[in-house]
Amino acid sequence: MSRWSAINGSSRGAGEWLGDVLTGHHGRRLVIVLPYLWLLLFFFLPFVIVLKISLAEVLLARPPYSPLWQYLQDGTLQIQLHLDNYLRLWEDPLYFIAYLKSLKIAGISTLVCLLIGYPMAYAIARTRDPLRNILLMLIILPFWTSFLIRVYAWIGILKSNGLLNNLLLALGLIDQPLALLHTDFAVYLGIVYSYLPFMVLPLYATLSRMDRTLLEAAADLGCKPWKAFLSVTLPLSLPGIIAGCMLVFIPAVGEFVIPDLLGGPDSLMIGKVLWTEFFSNRDWPAASAVAVVMLVLLVVPLTLFQRAQEKSEGKTPL
Amino acid sequence: MVQSKPVKAPQEPWRDPAAKSFVHIDNVTKVFDNTYAVDGVTLDIYRGEFFCLLGGSGCGKSTLLRMLAGLDQPTSGRILIDGTDMTRVPPYARPVNMMFQSYALFPHMTVEQNVAFGLKQQKVGKREIRERVAGLLELVRMTPFALRKPDQLSGGQRQRVALIRSLARQPKLLLLDEPLAALDKKLREHTQFELVNIQERVGTTFIMVTHDQEEAMTVSTRIAVMEAGRIEQVGTPASVYEYPASRHVAEFIGAVNILEGRVVEQAGERLLIRAESVGCDLVMVYKQPLPEGTPVTVAVRPEKLVATEQLPSAGYNTVKGVITDFAYLGDVSIYLVRLPTGQQMRVQLTNLARLTETPLTWDQEVYLSWLPDSGVVFPS
Repeated sequence: MSRWSAINGSSRGAGEWLGDVLTGHHGRRLVIVLPYLWLLLFFFLPFVIVLKISLAEVLLARPPYSPLWQYLQDGTLQIQLHLDNYLRLWEDPLYFIAYLKSLKIAGISTLVCLLIGYPMAYAIARTRDPLRNILLMLIILPFWTSFLIRVYAWIGILKSNGLLNNLLLALGLIDQPLALLHTDFAVYLGIVYSYLPFMVLPLYATLSRMDRTLLEAAADLGCKPWKAFLSVTLPLSLPGIIAGCMLVFIPAVGEFVIPDLLGGPDSLMIGKVLWTEFFSNRDWPAASAVAVVMLVLLVVPLTLFQRAQEKSEGKTPL
Repeated sequence: MVQSKPVKAPQEPWRDPAAKSFVHIDNVTKVFDNTYAVDGVTLDIYRGEFFCLLGGSGCGKSTLLRMLAGLDQPTSGRILIDGTDMTRVPPYARPVNMMFQSYALFPHMTVEQNVAFGLKQQKVGKREIRERVAGLLELVRMTPFALRKPDQLSGGQRQRVALIRSLARQPKLLLLDEPLAALDKKLREHTQFELVNIQERVGTTFIMVTHDQEEAMTVSTRIAVMEAGRIEQVGTPASVYEYPASRHVAEFIGAVNILEGRVVEQAGERLLIRAESVGCDLVMVYKQPLPEGTPVTVAVRPEKLVATEQLPSAGYNTVKGVITDFAYLGDVSIYLVRLPTGQQMRVQLTNLARLTETPLTWDQEVYLSWLPDSGVVFPS
């Protein structure tokens, strides 16, 4: 049946027609075009705007930056590219330190998430069905509460007269309340706590799909359990490890709420710098430049990594 | 029926009561969730044998194999391999390798790496690993595919890689779990003979699990027929086929005509049986004494029957019926004959002469007869 007769056929409902379109050739195109359109509108376009602002100059006006181009009265088009925002990022060590600190905090947090998340995902993947669903539910459960509230709750736990300090004092383990809140430790704790599910879920997905007879085969071939884990389970779960690490690392680099609420004066992350530039200093161009550099810092290594991954997969001769 | 491999007399250690078994399974039981997967199995397998565990699905044959590999632990009983108690030894410490039904090839490794995997777990030098892997790849003609990953191979190629991977460590005992089940019929038949050839060349003791009786008869020195966790009969393919120990074995291995009756008289080794279901008296050979009136089952293979248009001279073991169906298979023809009592008989005749038309055809009346020693009697 051709699609035209489907469209013209009066006896057929609109739902059936839509079904025909979605399964037909046009449908396939539609399915591909829609997400790209979405990305174009809500990712690429805003990025271009941010890029444009980053090349402007601060003005006490509305909007608070100079236009990129303007027609002068003599009819010439004037384009002004102010690169000094980027120059400042390079010259002022504050930004460099903030970037470095962000990468460090995100990197260590990702590693900790991996070390905690892998055994969790492994255990859930090995659990039988009724319990397995409950455990998965528990991983997803925190999402039902607002992220902000959950981070706030950590303040109540970590502050000097908070839950944790009171407990430790009551147990007699410490005499003085520990300074936990407003430290780097609290930032690490907050990030690991918040992003752990993003590590566990992709790891669980790959580990539960793994064929268990492969481990039996490894044992049969003389491989002890620990070595079988290293030479079979670990390499086969690599896609899950990569996905989990990206899902944690990328948002953690730009994290603002956690360092702002839980961090101290020296937990200076780039997200916080961006926020200060934008809201406190009202320096939109500088904030935009910070954002653009952050994106480049994240996208370039990720793209290179993906290239390398594809290359190593396609290396085996066909 | 494919003829079984001829076994030379001195190579039949199971006939020698003094022979020491290589694998000794001693009263092994495995219970899963209150069901007996394997129920008190005792079995001796000798060095160099190609032994088959044959049975339908769920009969416990795979569980028994997994216990030999160490992948499952027996609930009770012992397993000795080459004189050493292996019952509680973990799989990685056993001199045993297994070829899995799903092949279980490591998808992230090349063919070469898969085959080398077992050797890398041992203290074998890199050069020796390379040489041995190359030799194994040569053995199954897989050398050109050494650098491919498993998902770039055909089913038959994967099967060969799985076989040499399990042979790489030169195990004392090789276990094969339905190794040919995933192959198509033609490739399977070819591979059966290849398996026998490889087994003879490497000299390892093979234990294979299969549900395909033809496959079991083609490759094995001896067969153990399993049913509901127990072993019903152990013997050479010929003895299991010609002298089945039970009705179930007779029905499981090859086609068989089952005739029900009662003992009327026993004279020496000859048993006179009245079989109302067939409508005639049967004379069969049976060595143990059976009291009069005992209900018995007589099993006669289709190829043991003779079909004639004239009434044969013997007054017993002769029934008359009408051909309801027949199939010309080239080498043989199969006839289905209905007796007046309603019982269906299956007859297989060898097509000795070249005829374009078979002498027997639909709706024709024929006499079926057989000799007293060409069937088996089971007291019911």
